[in-house]
Amino acid sequence: MKQSIFEIRSNEALTDSIYKMILNGDTSSITASGQFINIKLDGFYLRRPISICDYDNETITIIYKVVGEGTEVMSKMNTGDKLDVLCGLGNGFDTTKSLDKPVLIGGGVGVPPMYNLCKKLITEGKSVTVILGFNKKDEIFYENEFKQLGADVKVTTVDGSYGIKGFVTDALKDTDYSYFYTCGPMPMFKAIESVATTSGQYSFEERMGCGFGACMGCSCKTKYGNKRICKDGPVLVREEIIW
Amino acid sequence: MVNTKVNLLGIEIDNPIIPASGTYGFGYEFADLYDINILGTFSFKGTTKEPRFGNPTPRIAECNAGMINSVGLQNPGVDKVISEELPKLSKVFNKPVMANVSGFSVEEYAYTCEKINACEQVGWIEVNVSCPNVHNGGMSFGTEPAAVEKVVKAVKAVTTKPIIIKLSPNVTDIVSIAKAAESAGADGISLINTLLGMRIDIKRRQPVIANKVGGFSGSAIFPVAVRMVYQVYDAVKIPIIGMGGVSTAKDVIELMMAGATAVQVGAANLVDPYACKTIIEDLPNELAKLNVKDINEIIGGAH
Repeated sequence: MKQSIFEIRSNEALTDSIYKMILNGDTSSITASGQFINIKLDGFYLRRPISICDYDNETITIIYKVVGEGTEVMSKMNTGDKLDVLCGLGNGFDTTKSLDKPVLIGGGVGVPPMYNLCKKLITEGKSVTVILGFNKKDEIFYENEFKQLGADVKVTTVDGSYGIKGFVTDALKDTDYSYFYTCGPMPMFKAIESVATTSGQYSFEERMGCGFGACMGCSCKTKYGNKRICKDGPVLVREEIIW
Repeated sequence: MVNTKVNLLGIEIDNPIIPASGTYGFGYEFADLYDINILGTFSFKGTTKEPRFGNPTPRIAECNAGMINSVGLQNPGVDKVISEELPKLSKVFNKPVMANVSGFSVEEYAYTCEKINACEQVGWIEVNVSCPNVHNGGMSFGTEPAAVEKVVKAVKAVTTKPIIIKLSPNVTDIVSIAKAAESAGADGISLINTLLGMRIDIKRRQPVIANKVGGFSGSAIFPVAVRMVYQVYDAVKIPIIGMGGVSTAKDVIELMMAGATAVQVGAANLVDPYACKTIIEDLPNELAKLNVKDINEIIGGAH
């Protein structure tokens, strides 16, 4: 974990409520895909935890949904604005477990952390399938970006307005995979848990106080003992999760 | 040079800055960021007789200039604290630490304090009396002078280290509670614990926190802390550790002028993990601006 000031390089809308922000700064504390940053905003007491979509030596890309007053303020920020960021939080995904044909399943705003993970797995020479689940066509983002990485991309929409009609599990049942990684809403997790045929990793969300393991605000019980979503997670392996 | 050393119940500490229990874990998360030996000491995570998972999530709600938490005293239990956490802590912290103990009966307080008292690393035992008393319909010990007296007497009977009673502000008359603690033999008093609060999610028409209510902390509660420390200072002779919404060196000075010998920093650590380091670095400069050469001269200075 490192605290430092990042500068906004770009901040643009991808859909009605989803925004993509690129930040310039010290990314040296990031050690794995699926970690997150915690952003201080003027006028708000607690920081905003946002998953890292992609990163390199000097930039972080985050994709966030406007869900409240804090993300509303973020969506109106401009290039050049500065942000106080706690970087490199959480454990992130472990790519060593994936075997040769991992499937990545992102639901809505759970899609972003799959992107850097996809990049890493492909770099490691794995054959990656990505399933992106949305409610309807105009909520879809990043389909082409995943395709450009070389992944086999399947998009599902609940209303059938694009891609496969239904839920991510409707695409998963026709997918040949060796391991799964997922991030998204709890109902999606439960659906995946009921049909998945391999081991896998789930990235959880919880209301956090600090984001770095001090306050115990985001604890959960697992088969391996109590864990803090922010520090021991957000990624938990399938075998340890108590549903 | 400005002197920032204070004597806290027989132990001299380099400065009066103490991270508050529940906001600093057992120190390790912060030791990854800076040398935590710069602290006066810190009050470790509230410890109980048995391990506790605590309350269901969500446990956190944001407020204007503050936050509500309802963690519910999650901790591994006193035996594991002694066998695992304290040995781990000794690798990153070489000063006496402040233990923080909670209980749900008088017997539990005594049991846990007696065990903690045997730990060499522990300099002081801070007893949190804001917990519900299971033998009295769940009413908080800290809201009744008689219950506070019982806890203090039971704990004092089995310990040798300084006992600091951490008071709840959720009372009609804080002075009567402080006096009860003092007359029962407490060595010091710390205040204020969090204020009982609540938030409602207006879209879901539901409380934000699973437990509905929780402890409100953060800079919003600072004036309440100043007022209560000021009132208690007038009423008791034992030292006071002030806390509640402290986030700057100026806040520390203000609370010491109200009557605090040392000051705890709580929620600020969660928002800015370097909060205590910054305060410790700023404190001599802020004192110098006020022409203060020795911090001890400001304790109770507003009276």
